[in-house]
Amino acid sequence: MSSTTETKQSAEAGFGGMQARSGAQINATSRISVRNLDFYYGTNKALKGINLELPDRQVTGMIGPSGCGKSTLLRVLNRMYSLYPGQRAEGEVLMDGRNMIDPSVDLNELRSKVGMVFQKPTPFPMTIYDNIAFGIKLHEKLPKSELDDRIEWALSRAAIWGEVKDRLQSSAMGLSGGQQQRLCIARSIAVRPEVMLFDEPTSALDPISTLKIEELIDELKRDFTICIVTHNMQQAARCADQVAFFYLGELVEVAPAARMFTAPREKRTQEYITGRFG
Amino acid sequence: MSTTIFEPPPRAAVRRSAALASRRKAVDLMVKWFCLAATLVGLFFLASIMATLLWRGLASMDWVVLTEEFRPTRYGDETAPKGGLVHAILGSLIQTAIGTAIGTPIGLLVGTYLSEYARGSAFGNVLRFVSDVLLSAPSILIGLFIYQLVVLPMGGFSGIAGALALAIIVIPVVVRTTEDMLQLIPNTLREAVIGLGAPKWKMITLVCYKAAASGILTGILLAVARIAGETAPLLLTSFGNNVTSFDLSTAMASLPIAIYQQANSGFPDLIEIAWSGALLVTLGVLAINIIARTLLRGRQ
Amino acid sequence: MGAGAAPRPVARRRGMDVGDLVFEWLCRGAGVIVLLLLGGIIVTLFIGALPAFREFGLGFLTSTQWNPVEGRENYGGAVAIFGTVMSAVLAICFAVPVAFGIAFFLTELAPDWLRRPVGTAIELLAAVPSIIYGMWGLFVVVPFVQMHIQLALGDYLVAIPLVGFLFESRFFAGTSLFTAAIVLAIMILPFIAATMRDVFLQVPPVFKESAYGLGATRWEVMKGVVLPYTRISVVGGIMLGLGRALGETMAVTFVIGNANRMPQSLFDPSTTIASIVAMEFPESLMGSMKQSALFALGFLLFVISFLVLAASRYLLRSRLKA
Repeated sequence: MSSTTETKQSAEAGFGGMQARSGAQINATSRISVRNLDFYYGTNKALKGINLELPDRQVTGMIGPSGCGKSTLLRVLNRMYSLYPGQRAEGEVLMDGRNMIDPSVDLNELRSKVGMVFQKPTPFPMTIYDNIAFGIKLHEKLPKSELDDRIEWALSRAAIWGEVKDRLQSSAMGLSGGQQQRLCIARSIAVRPEVMLFDEPTSALDPISTLKIEELIDELKRDFTICIVTHNMQQAARCADQVAFFYLGELVEVAPAARMFTAPREKRTQEYITGRFG
Repeated sequence: MSTTIFEPPPRAAVRRSAALASRRKAVDLMVKWFCLAATLVGLFFLASIMATLLWRGLASMDWVVLTEEFRPTRYGDETAPKGGLVHAILGSLIQTAIGTAIGTPIGLLVGTYLSEYARGSAFGNVLRFVSDVLLSAPSILIGLFIYQLVVLPMGGFSGIAGALALAIIVIPVVVRTTEDMLQLIPNTLREAVIGLGAPKWKMITLVCYKAAASGILTGILLAVARIAGETAPLLLTSFGNNVTSFDLSTAMASLPIAIYQQANSGFPDLIEIAWSGALLVTLGVLAINIIARTLLRGRQ
Repeated sequence: MGAGAAPRPVARRRGMDVGDLVFEWLCRGAGVIVLLLLGGIIVTLFIGALPAFREFGLGFLTSTQWNPVEGRENYGGAVAIFGTVMSAVLAICFAVPVAFGIAFFLTELAPDWLRRPVGTAIELLAAVPSIIYGMWGLFVVVPFVQMHIQLALGDYLVAIPLVGFLFESRFFAGTSLFTAAIVLAIMILPFIAATMRDVFLQVPPVFKESAYGLGATRWEVMKGVVLPYTRISVVGGIMLGLGRALGETMAVTFVIGNANRMPQSLFDPSTTIASIVAMEFPESLMGSMKQSALFALGFLLFVISFLVLAASRYLLRSRLKA
């Protein structure tokens, strides 16, 4: 059904991650492979036979009209759906050779490898410091000094250290929307995931904060495999290396961003991009 | 900031402590079991209360209990006639009915005022607070209040004093639900009625009340359920009576008081009758509650 | 509650409709009645209590005397006040963990099909009249405490260092402060559980998901996100339960033993303000000093529970703002 991706679909996807990290290889290996994935809300089939490769340390943008399944796919990748009864996925989401949607895979471990940032900033009602420490403490027991270092690292990496370093002990609720979102990114980074999922991370932010987040995403892909859902075509064009277009629960087309927006192969993609529907 | 901190710390998934992970899982599991146990404990209490009531209440439940008045114990004299609770059932019905009849209109008006007139006004906020305090105020204090206000001047316990005490308990319950239910009505409906040129009072009485009818009725039913089992304030107001009385100016029996007195009498046969009464009260109260809930659910 | 809601549309008419004027004043008048009721309760209790306050002064609060013999009448409220506070606080200690467990179970752990029936069952527990709790307490809980706790475990409890003395009692009737606290705890359990459940449900799912997204377990999300979010309302709910426990009459009267003595142990009989009023008021003489002393206790109960309830309302108020 969907066209194959331009990126090489490597059979060694499962081991590729570690190799890619050690080598300077770009654009060749896949961090996550989605194979024949179906998803159901109760009896309603929301994703139909999805096949998609997320290339290591690249940004995959997912676009499509509302309700097309792009956010659903994102929520499959870290099994967020399993919180809700009646939602289930069938198929494979391969990461390091394991099918991550198999119930035998430990949820908490999966989520420590696949971080997620949501549409609205979600600072926890505690200090900035504790917000970042929250995730770290779940997975690691660090001495205080190391914890401090890690928090500084995460906040720096999320380009917010300079703004908050003097007020680490004040409440995170006092930050501006854009700062809160970067704090949430820092909170995810601090756990040191391998994949970061962004669900319309800028749709609740002003243009300047949006720009900052986009720059940040570009910066982060040096170390993380990133998947971003967006309504904003320009954003997909700016951030993504590879773009996937979804429509009515199907993956219509996957292509490098440059080609996707200039020469889409599918008619539906073209119509969406030129604004004929959606 | 130094540039070095931009280097990612060693990723090394191995550093994620397996011991920590399994401890976290163990704690989570423990909490889950605790919560399940807590829920079972709660359900167990309900089951124990219902089972005890059914078991002991049905044992002596018969026509006599429902139709005869109080008789002294048959202890030591098996030939004496068995007594019943009809005087208390009637007394409870009368006082509950009057209490509801007095309390409901007041509660309804106050709820209306809070929802339609006093949004955000200081008086409204004080009123809402006072009503909420009354909602949870110890009911025995309402008994003391009516004692001082009605029983003392009248020179003795009376059915009307009991009904008034119950009315005071009804008011805040009705206020709460009325306000909440009126709040649920969309403003567009109000605007539509006003837009037709109707005065506000007609909008409220003809449209809002109708739209919120089942919710308001739910509130009234919950209030009835609440006062039907109320004991403490009646002890100080209508006091109880061993015979049927329709005279509101003298002491009047009520089911909860009869249960209280007979349960504490020490005579096994009277205690049995008390259990029957307890079963009656509980089934009545729970039935009203379930009806109220069903009404509300039908709405949503 | 609900402050900050959109203002209601106001009829733009020149000159108020007479019906409008009448109706608004009816509503306002009913409101005034409610205010007068609360004011009336305070004033009448105080007036009733005045003779006792005059006679015994501040000593009323600390005296453990309760002597109704004519000519040597002497009344103090210390025992009842202590019993009231102690039984309510103990009840809270018993009830809160269980209530939390139920609320957590109902909001996060239970499968969907189980939530409504179990929730309804817990709410029905709240609807059972207090006299039923009293009777059930007297005939079921009292023997249980007597046989299976006091007799079976009493020696072990007494042997506990530091707090052992709390369990050392000469009374074996089963009616005691401890039993009263248990029955009270069961009574307030559904109130606290329902409040907690409602406030937990108000935490936006996306916040919980962010924590889950970091790899947190259900308990860690509860502890790290839900509880910090809702702690004010949770405390408010607990205060609401405390308010109810303080003023509860019938359930306590049946099982506390009604002894006007300072309890030396949790298993000693005691009394509370509400139960001493219920027991002694109906048989006291109109206008007697005893009656006044009971009014005085009632007034104190009003003050205590008013403070608790006011605090609870204040804390729960913010629940709708967030």
